[in-house]
Amino acid sequence: MARSAGPITGLAGAASVALLALLTLGTLGAVAWRAEGVSGLGPADWYAIRFTVLQALASAAISVVCAIPLARALARRRFPGRGLLIALLGAPFILPVIVAVLGLVAVFGRQGIVNDLGAVLGLPQIVLYGPQGVILAHVFFNLPLATRFLLQGWLAIPAEQFRLAASLGFDGASMRRHLEWPMLRATVPGAFLAIFLICLTSFAVALAVGGGPRATTIELRIYELFRFDFALGDAALMACVQFAICTGVALVALVVTVPKVSMAGLDGIVARWDQRGRVSVTLDAAVIVAAALFLLVPMGVVLARGVPMMAALPASVWWAAVTSLGVAMVSTALALTLALSLALWTARGGRVAVGLTEAMGALVLTASPLVMGTGLFILLFGWTNPTALALPVTAVINAAVTVPFALRVLAPAAREVEDVYGRLSASLGLSGWARMRLLVLPRLRRPLGFTAGLAAALSMGDLGVIALFSTGDTETLPLAMYRLMTAYRTDMAAGAALLLVLLSFGLFWLFDRGGRVDADA
Amino acid sequence: MKNTLIAGLLLSATAVAAETPVLTVYAPDYFGSEWGPGPSIEAGFEERCGCDLQFATGDVLPRLLLEGSRTEADVIIGLNTDVTKKARESGLFAPHGQDNGALTLPVAWEDDTFLPFNWSYVSFVYDTTKIDTPPASFAELAAAPDDLKIVIQDPRSSISGLALLLWVKAVYGDEASAYWESLAPRIVTVTRGWSEAYGMFTDGEVPMVLSFSTSPAYHIIAEEDTTKQAAIFDDGHYAFFELAAKIEGTDVPELADQFLDYVMTKDFQSMIPTTNWSYPSALADEELPEGFQSLPRPASAIFYTEDEAAAVRDAALEEWRAALAQ
Repeated sequence: MARSAGPITGLAGAASVALLALLTLGTLGAVAWRAEGVSGLGPADWYAIRFTVLQALASAAISVVCAIPLARALARRRFPGRGLLIALLGAPFILPVIVAVLGLVAVFGRQGIVNDLGAVLGLPQIVLYGPQGVILAHVFFNLPLATRFLLQGWLAIPAEQFRLAASLGFDGASMRRHLEWPMLRATVPGAFLAIFLICLTSFAVALAVGGGPRATTIELRIYELFRFDFALGDAALMACVQFAICTGVALVALVVTVPKVSMAGLDGIVARWDQRGRVSVTLDAAVIVAAALFLLVPMGVVLARGVPMMAALPASVWWAAVTSLGVAMVSTALALTLALSLALWTARGGRVAVGLTEAMGALVLTASPLVMGTGLFILLFGWTNPTALALPVTAVINAAVTVPFALRVLAPAAREVEDVYGRLSASLGLSGWARMRLLVLPRLRRPLGFTAGLAAALSMGDLGVIALFSTGDTETLPLAMYRLMTAYRTDMAAGAALLLVLLSFGLFWLFDRGGRVDADA
Repeated sequence: MKNTLIAGLLLSATAVAAETPVLTVYAPDYFGSEWGPGPSIEAGFEERCGCDLQFATGDVLPRLLLEGSRTEADVIIGLNTDVTKKARESGLFAPHGQDNGALTLPVAWEDDTFLPFNWSYVSFVYDTTKIDTPPASFAELAAAPDDLKIVIQDPRSSISGLALLLWVKAVYGDEASAYWESLAPRIVTVTRGWSEAYGMFTDGEVPMVLSFSTSPAYHIIAEEDTTKQAAIFDDGHYAFFELAAKIEGTDVPELADQFLDYVMTKDFQSMIPTTNWSYPSALADEELPEGFQSLPRPASAIFYTEDEAAAVRDAALEEWRAALAQ
């Protein structure tokens, strides 16, 4: 299937890989270059490494396992508000860390809703804080992502296959074995890997609900080494450990992934004949309701507090929102360019392209935000004033961070276009921009919409990377929210958090919706 | 050739902009907030200096150390005593030139490089509607009823968390490890920074939180809420200072000196209480706002010099980690 990529596709893909390599390995190299020595890994470091890996494995496994029945239920049921629910379920992923933590505490904490209900029913108190809290919080953040990946997988099974299966008299078990299992084998390892890598760099969340220094992660050690010891060498060493773990797990995921066989369909509406039983309907309903409660109640609690404050938000917060929207737009455009060029490159460029792209995607997810920020600062300080570049750097990093997620949905879709329509389009002499406009973009509309939505939503959020880059007078919305919190204005901060989530969510909805205007999902 | 041209253009552009001298002040992030001390300091100083004060907010010390002697900072403000050793070793700072005798601190200040501009006592703040009799010492805190739970900040990522670590070490010395073990059941969790912990406290998750003795002033003055109080321990309280300093290599040394003069003025000092919710470093008690004068204060202040703090920190951290990780 591997044929040589067109010169432009190849160039764009290679340039994108180079940019991601600069942001990950390049920044690490810059930090190591400025280091003045390494003292090696001490017992505290090994402890942090062990805890980090174990919690990330557990968090990723639980997220994916819970996502399977949820994605399945959402894929095969139709009910009013389904589209809105699917979009809403994605929202925890874009919550600012501090908002999510306070939301989880309000529901699962000592004085939380769950324990209040439990007390009424005479149940023993549940304890949030500890490894269980870390895993709960990570599942809260990442279940939406896993669900989204798997849902895409389910929706990508052509309607004709279900029709054929039904006409062949498949029962539920055969349906699972012949249609759903191969899809899961192709999708689950990737979803697991992505979530594992996200959890690998967790820091503030893990600590806040982890109950104490037992919940020390690698990223916390890096932070400590930077902030208190200014030990760049040791920080770089810990960042290398993160990359090493990433490489190990990525290799395992690569081995267990079974490549998806592309299947053509006519994009008909999926009708399922295996779902009519009362038990199956009840189970699906229960799964959807449980997930909705788990994901939406903590968010609802904190956001509800912001509602009365919305009208009272000071002008500076609105200006911060405008700045953040600007950053998000630039970031989205960049993320789309990067992701699309990589997806097309991997679809046509053979194994090297696939390998490089996969590796870069994994590295971006694993890269320590602190090391990335410091490395960029060192690189830029060589020839310019990094302060002036705070917002562009934010946009670039946010775009890069979106790429691995985008590729999960975009790359398989692009490959499918090549596999299924490549020969037809070649025989019709379709090439260049016409090929892009008539074949590629329409076929990729849905994953592109998702990519744009995710990029926009994610770039509304992040502020961790640019702590060294002063933003001067221009503040982004998350920064404004954080500043309100440090100035004791918790009520106004709740208002700003609500605004942030509404904007993130609005952007996601707009783009994602735009990508599937006439689709039934 | 082209480069020379561009450089020439840049130079002339800079020359036009340089008519108003610029004082670049590196400051922690909260200075950038319209609710923090930054805007009033900027307005107050610009009125006197005929210059443009520009705050560059972010991680002050890491940034300064990365930039080294090429830094654009003229003055830094907002460093804490826990990092002054590292900062001093960089050799980037010049003497502050102010009279330490004019300071109104609970300890004698002898440092001629780092000048405190505000301070507070590290304290546990509690909700009076949930705790009737607050603990009056570390011992009482550890022995408090089971429902008295606290949230603290991590000494590895938070300066207030580190201050608590040093406070306990100063009070308990070799017994610090045992004390942390006895305190462990009280600690619900440890957060990365102050905001998460204080948010959990104001949300009602815990009745008591590690903060500062001046935190209640915010609730009293801005919210007319008197239910938040600091528990005063008779062990004495760790004092927490925030500092300003002049950069040796500044291109506007007179402006930098003028700024440090300004820090010591009544104008500057009287802005601190209600923008930074802490005590100013050189202002008589009777000139403090109403809500501050009535705040309870501990009988004695505890403070480690930077050398003392550096000498005990690593061992104290390891004790803390081991005691709480069980």
